[in-house]
Amino acid sequence: MDALHQRKDALSWGRAHHFTHHIAQPAFADELPTILKERGARPVLARGLGRSYGDSGLNADNVLIDMRALDHVRGFNPDTGVLDAEAGVTLKDILELCAQYEGRWFLPVTPGTKFVTLGGAIANDVHGKNHHGAGCFGNHVLSLRLMRSDGTVLTCSPDENTALFRATVGGMGLTGLILSARIALKSVPGLWVENEDIRYDTLDEFYALTNDSLEGWEYTVAWIDCLARGQATGRGIFSRSRHIASSRPAPPIRDPRIALPVNLPNIALNKITMAAFNALYIRRARRKPTRKAVPFDGAFYPLDAIGQFNRLYGRRGFYQYQCVIPTRVERDATRALLSEISQAGVGSFLAVLKTFGDKLSPGLMSFPMPGTTLALDFANAGASTLALLSRLDAITRAAGGRIYAAKDGRVSAADFQAGYPQWTDFARLIDPGFSSSFWRRVGAGAAA
Amino acid sequence: MNMVIFGATSAIAQAVARLYAKKGARFFLVARNDERLAIVAADLRARGAAQVETANADLADLSLHANLVARAQSALGALDRVLVAHGTLTNQRAAETGADVMAQEIGVNFLSAASLLTHVANVMELQRAGSIAVIGSVAGDRGRQSNYVYGSAKAGLGVFVQGLRHRMSRHGVNVTLVKPGFVDTPMTAGLAKAGPLWATPAKVAADIKAAMEGGAAILYTPWFWRWIMLIIRSVPDAVFRRTRL
Ligand SMILES: Cc1cc2nc3c(=O)[nH]c(=O)nc-3n(C[C@H](O)[C@H](O)[C@H](O)COP(=O)(O)OP(=O)(O)OC[C@H]3O[C@@H](n4cnc5c(N)ncnc54)[C@H](O)[C@@H]3O)c2cc1C
Ligand SMILES: NC(=O)c1ccc[n+]([C@@H]2O[C@H](COP(=O)([O-])OP(=O)(O)OC[C@H]3O[C@@H](n4cnc5c(N)ncnc54)[C@H](OP(=O)(O)O)[C@@H]3O)[C@@H](O)[C@H]2O)c1
Repeated sequence: MDALHQRKDALSWGRAHHFTHHIAQPAFADELPTILKERGARPVLARGLGRSYGDSGLNADNVLIDMRALDHVRGFNPDTGVLDAEAGVTLKDILELCAQYEGRWFLPVTPGTKFVTLGGAIANDVHGKNHHGAGCFGNHVLSLRLMRSDGTVLTCSPDENTALFRATVGGMGLTGLILSARIALKSVPGLWVENEDIRYDTLDEFYALTNDSLEGWEYTVAWIDCLARGQATGRGIFSRSRHIASSRPAPPIRDPRIALPVNLPNIALNKITMAAFNALYIRRARRKPTRKAVPFDGAFYPLDAIGQFNRLYGRRGFYQYQCVIPTRVERDATRALLSEISQAGVGSFLAVLKTFGDKLSPGLMSFPMPGTTLALDFANAGASTLALLSRLDAITRAAGGRIYAAKDGRVSAADFQAGYPQWTDFARLIDPGFSSSFWRRVGAGAAA
Repeated sequence: MNMVIFGATSAIAQAVARLYAKKGARFFLVARNDERLAIVAADLRARGAAQVETANADLADLSLHANLVARAQSALGALDRVLVAHGTLTNQRAAETGADVMAQEIGVNFLSAASLLTHVANVMELQRAGSIAVIGSVAGDRGRQSNYVYGSAKAGLGVFVQGLRHRMSRHGVNVTLVKPGFVDTPMTAGLAKAGPLWATPAKVAADIKAAMEGGAAILYTPWFWRWIMLIIRSVPDAVFRRTRL
């Protein structure tokens, strides 16, 4: 009768969208059928830890089901590494479980934060720094249980309810509620990683370092200075790592050491502070690779050290732009994107550049494709920010690339659909009782 | 380490249990829903618990309490840690319209906890070791128009626990009163959760474990609630009456 509560506090990570929602926060999955009845005609969307940046995890004026308390491990087999867990279990929980079992197992794929739920990881089919070897999160999902809006529960896997499985992996929460999933953890020699940071000066060097590293290094990524221009476009720090055996004790898994309790004033982050930060950060790294054994936490989740760092961007929030450019044109289009950004001079601290491999995900709407992906934040300055992002969209679209729904809060329906021509197949598999602000903007019903 | 939890399906209690499960604890869990108990038991086993036994009981029914404590004892042997966590966030309006709802709410939030603690204390007194934590609330620190029925139950529980601590201290048993502030759990689904005052169950659980192990008398969690409540308690009545708190 009163499972839904009208609240205005559900924001996405970018904090640029402010909507009213009807929120349910079930304690156990047995409450879901009642919530789905109580929604009436209002469409529903699941919410995890709210780490998506734009509006794909929001559902303005409609229902959000907060899945965080449905976070029970259903079973773990330490011999096979198969984990069966409810969708609200976080990647941090899974890492703690890995540590508990002597560090023999690890997440097969992890995004740049461990504060993400299993459901969110599947719904956006997240990728990590090991895409070139491991593919997406969805490549490691053995099966999942999906509750549709009529309350029925279907088991979906690569061989059962296959179409729905493929639509749910990367399906942005639109096919139903993921109740639980079975995933295959990967066997590792230990929880310490060997890491090398290499400073480099040009985009061509980035590609050379990438090619040299694909064989021997599981994880690669580059942090680039997006204010650099001309010859220096794309300069940055190339970072690569791999799991190693270590006799040292299991490293700690940390919560944020400090947190930003309130929004910072808008002036905290301007061109001057950014340029200074970028220059300092890049100079920290040596040109000659430095090889170190480090705990995985600091290597994979540097941003997790600061709680709510998203408040850095002030009251108006920010947008993250992430696109992928297919291999064929990756150098030219990446250079074009970077020079557009450096000319505008408004890119954030650091941008992330990485190449995707050719391993296909089962996800119908998965973001990655073989090529180069670029991700960076832009403080929300209103119309000028949106105009710049549209110029980036034009470059991405002309190159045959696409943007990442997990990060988006403003792409046009036409640009989205051009990047995902399979969207019409996907639209047929959506649960009619589910929707999101993002989908109402870019999907069926939106003007193409 | 053996642990008994009353209200084991509570979000806060589960978060505490996980911290002990990681260390290989053995559990006796009491809650009123078998399906939920099975889910929690499987979770704790996967997270490292050496043994998990469960019992189903509506804790508002005081006549079941003696038997529950006896069963906990026979399942575990010594009771090293006991957590009393069950509670209901009272609908204040409903508790004003008739005394039935009021009495029921005080029953579950105060009487049932006091009854369980009476049985538990008699076991632990003989054991001469162990630690008990009881979840009260900052709402028990000052009566407010918006939640004084819930608040009075938690306040009564607070004095009961204080006295029990006094009694048990001679027997080597610690008793801690836990006063959480705003915790982001299903219990508080109706409230907007933005802002620095909200804590996660995991954060509160870490504080509870530390207090149970360290022997604190009263734990405000997170810590800043001690100071917030100090201020709220010192607001003069003439001013307080004009607020909507
Ligand atoms: C610092 C940082 C770094 C990041 N790095 C990466 C990265 O390297 N790679 C990458 O791919 N992503 C990255 N992300 C994005 C993040 O991994 C995704 O947005 C992820 O989906 C967030 O999960 P969540 O639990 O917070 O879910 P939310 O953001 O709350 O929701 C995400 C989507 O999942 C759906 N969903 C959630 N739970 C369920 C469920 N139980 N059933 C059905 N649908 C559900 C929601 O409806 C929504 O569409 C990063 C984000 C941050 C903040
Ligand atoms: N959340 C907060 O902000 C907050 C603040 C201060 C104090 N507290 C206190 O913290 C404790 C735990 O609360 P929580 O936040 O973890 O909320 P919760 O998840 O709603 O937990 C409350 C638990 O009490 C159980 N319960 C209620 N009546 C019962 C009965 N008659 N018999 C058996 N079990 C019963 C419920 O069981 P079912 O699962 O079967 O419903 C539920 O598991 C409570 O004492 C609460 O008053 C909470």
